[in-house]
This record gives sequence, structure tokens and C-alpha cells, in this order.
Amino acid sequence: METIYLDHISAAPLHPEVKRAMIEYLNNGFGNPVSQHRIGDVAMEVLEGSRAEVAKLINADSKEVVFTSGGTESINHAMKGVAFARREKGNHIITSNIEHNSVLKCLRMLERLGYRVTSVPVDEYGLVDPADVKRAITDDTILVSIMHANNEIGTIEPVAEIGKVTRERGISFHCDAVASAGVIPVDVDEMGVDLLSVAANQFYGPSGVGALYIREKTQVWPLLDGGLQEDNRRAGTHNMVGIVGMGKAAQLARQEMSQRMEHLLQLKRAFVDGLGAIDDIFINGHPTQSLPNLVSVSVSYVEGESIVLLLDEEGIYISTRSACASGSLRASHVLLSIGRDYATAQGTLVFSFGMINTLQEVNRALEVLNKSVETLRNISPLYKKKKEG
Amino acid sequence: MYSEIVMNHFKNPRNVGKIEDADGVGEVGNPVCGDMMTITIKVKNDRIDDIKFQTFGCGAAIAVSSMVTEMAKGKTLEEAMNITSTSVADKLEGLPKNKLHCSNLGADALHQAIMDYYARTEGRVQPKKRKREKVEHIGRREGQCYCPYCDLELPEEVPTCTLCGKPTVHRHE
Repeated sequence: METIYLDHISAAPLHPEVKRAMIEYLNNGFGNPVSQHRIGDVAMEVLEGSRAEVAKLINADSKEVVFTSGGTESINHAMKGVAFARREKGNHIITSNIEHNSVLKCLRMLERLGYRVTSVPVDEYGLVDPADVKRAITDDTILVSIMHANNEIGTIEPVAEIGKVTRERGISFHCDAVASAGVIPVDVDEMGVDLLSVAANQFYGPSGVGALYIREKTQVWPLLDGGLQEDNRRAGTHNMVGIVGMGKAAQLARQEMSQRMEHLLQLKRAFVDGLGAIDDIFINGHPTQSLPNLVSVSVSYVEGESIVLLLDEEGIYISTRSACASGSLRASHVLLSIGRDYATAQGTLVFSFGMINTLQEVNRALEVLNKSVETLRNISPLYKKKKEG
Repeated sequence: MYSEIVMNHFKNPRNVGKIEDADGVGEVGNPVCGDMMTITIKVKNDRIDDIKFQTFGCGAAIAVSSMVTEMAKGKTLEEAMNITSTSVADKLEGLPKNKLHCSNLGADALHQAIMDYYARTEGRVQPKKRKREKVEHIGRREGQCYCPYCDLELPEEVPTCTLCGKPTVHRHE
């Protein structure tokens, strides 16, 4: 059976060159970069080489990049680290209604510790209004955290405008760029961010490694205490194989970005055009200001997991945010925030494209999707009710 | 994720549809949790002569509906009342833990359809109402139903309970 993998946002195959670099390091490198002998020096050189590549990808200075275990750790580090470091100055944090759970759950924890959180709404496309962020600021505000691109619907937020506001008021600004870094251009200066979270597995690097950008002079406590690694900002022996992979992946992402975006956009356009053949669907997210590699579509009258299962039978792999397929059955907070009702939110699918995909695959996916939706709608009482008016 | 028999019923659901001149109709669930089920029955000589279902829901919900109709077809009403969500899940060789409750509404829909039939033919001798199975998963938190398996606290604007479809402010036995 032909395999069509359209779930790159969940996991993507390593870029062959990334894999090669990692195997090369597994075979030949083993030193601890903080050791004071020559073997350590060699590892340190490799570490700093990778750091420089990650820094270049986001237009940062090398010394502002801290390696972490991935997006979740980076986000936890930024949120809690700033909240704890600036506790004397204030206890108010601003975020949006569509952030990733890593941000939301950090904030829930911080609320229990006495911090106050204001969450600004988004419009029907999932866009935050920078004016809302400005209005929410109080004298106690110490941190604003708004994502760059949403991982479920792909909408790209007006981060640079928010960055201007926070800079004027001397508030730390964290941006969750896990879904965007390495996929679309990310520039920490243009965006005006003080902290930015990145994960390697979003751009054909390994999972289990990520980075946190921390602008010089930003007050932030470490999340992990221990040794003096990463300039005393993140303790723990380095995951060197992962870091080597992330460095290589960052280099390739920077060099290939425009051609990757072109390829992905071509697939996305073809897919969105083809969706026009199915009745009663919504394409979520902003029509133009969105990620090139992702399409979120809500299919009325059917539930998402059942579509995923039918596509799986045909060798087509996608994901659902009905969350029915994952541990929680709760409808996605992102979809509810952009105004989808519960039933429609339950019927939402995420197609995320990668460099391995072709136009033929997109067309085949559309064909099978169309057929599966029809099959399930024929069973659905909601669809029958709609047809009977 | 699912057993072979669940996938079999999901892919080839039995008894799909709606009996137009049904003798009893059962409707349970709501789309909030992602599951809704309608069962229609035709009764002849106190037996379920025909049964059909429509379901909006995940793979488990569809398989459960299909299985429950297969189990009930041809049974006497009393026998059909003894089909429980546990016996349906057993027949399906188990369901994932988080689907065991929320998506397992088939027996409830069947019982509702039978009770509806009795209500319509009032005056006849009805069998004793089967004692409701203990629903350990529904608890009360600040006056609202919630289900720890799907971690769903129903916000106020959602008017119905995920288990029984009634307004949220009530207690399950």
C-alpha cells in the first residue's frame, strides 16, 4: 500500500544530512564539552558550531542561545524563569487564548503561586489584536507570551507589533516559535522578542532537543539547577548527538528555506483548492497570514478520529485535534476560541505537509478524504437532521 | 489502538440507518464530548424485530452502536434490557480506557428506545425498570457533571450532560 504521510507537525523524518551528521558524531565523538582536556575541547567546538547555526537561523547572537530538551522545556524555562526572576517587580502575565498547552499549563501553575494572568481573545482567524495586549498591560505586568504561529491552525500572529508595545513598557516578551522556527523566517530583532522557544523536530532535526533564545540582560532564572553548563543558564550534561542534529538541521533550514516554502505552499494551495469539492467544511486559520505547511479543516457532522481511522486504512496519515484520538477528549481550545461550535471542533483534521510529499499524494489524499467523509456522514444523525432541515 | 473486532464493526457497521415508522426511539449523548447516538426499533411479539442506528462519534462510538444493534436484534425486550455497556465492551474485546465510558453509549440508547416503546404502549404490563448501572465516572464538581476520563468540565453555556443528555445540574445515582 502506498504510504502518504501528512502529519509532519507531529513528527517528521530526519533530513538525510542531519542523520549523517548525527551518526558521524555517534561514531567519532563522545567528549563532554565542559571537560578541561582536549577531548572536551573538541566537543566544545562542535557544541559552539551547532549553537552558531541555531543563532543564525533566528538572527540571534550565539551567546543568547541556550540548548534545551525541546519546545516544552524552552517554554517552561521562559515562562517560569521570567516570572520567578521578576517577582519583585510584579505578578501579572499576559497571554492569548490560543497558546500551546505548554504555555497554558505553566500559567495555570503560576496562578496557583499567586501570579495573575490575562488572556487576550483572538478573532475568527485566530489573530491577536496588539491593541488588546496594550490595553491589558498594568503596572504589575512583567511578561507577555504570544506564539509566533499557531500549531493547530497555522495563523501567524503580529508579533513585531506586540514586541514594540512590550519594549516601550519594559516588559519581557516571550514568543513560542516552535511551530514556525525553521519553517518560515524568524528574526528575534525584527520581532522584538526577549525570549523565543524553538524545537529541532519541526525542521527535520531530532526530537528531544530544542533551544531557548534569551536576549542579553533579560532577567530569567534557570529552570534546571545543577552544573554550570550553558553559561549557568541550563544545567545538565549536553545531549551532544541531538545538538549536532539540531545544528545541522538549522543550517539546512536556513539555506533551503525559500525553496521549501515554495514547495509546501504549492501543496497547500492544491489541497485547499481540492477541499472546495466537499460541502459543509471550514478551513481554519488566516487565509494568507499562515504557515505554508499546515491546513486545518473542520468537517461538519462527523467526528475527527473516525476520519483519521478511515484514512489510516488507506495508508494516509494525518492527525486530529478533536483530541478524541489523544488522551483527552476535550474539544480544542484553539478551535473554540475562533468560534467553532463543539460539534464542529470535534470534526477537525490537521494535514501537515513536508518535503517528501508530492502533488499526486495531495490529490490522492483529497480523493480518500472525500469518500471517507461521505461514508461517515451517512451514519451521522447530525447530517441526517441537517438534510431533513 | 482498537481491537480487530472494533475495527471490523467500525469499517463495516451493521444496521445503519433509521426506521421511519419506529415503535421506539432512543437518543443519547451530545456533540460536546464528540458522541451522539440514535437507535430506532421495531417491536413484534415483545421481540426486537428490527433495529437501526445513527452515530456521530469516534471509531469506538460507531463500533459500539453497531455491536449493540447486533446483540439486540431478535432478543425479547426483557433480554435486551439486560444488555449493558460492559457486556457490549466485552463483546468488542475491550475498549481503550478513555473510551470505555464516553463513547460507550450504545446500551443507554437501546434502553431508551425500549422505554420509549413502553411509554407509547402504556397500559401494558412493563417489566421492572432495570436498575441503572453504577456510573462511577460521573462526579459532581460545583454543580456540574464532569467525566475524569475525558477531562471535560462542561462550561455553563453547554446545557446537557455528556452521559444522559439532561441539563447539567443534576446527580447521577
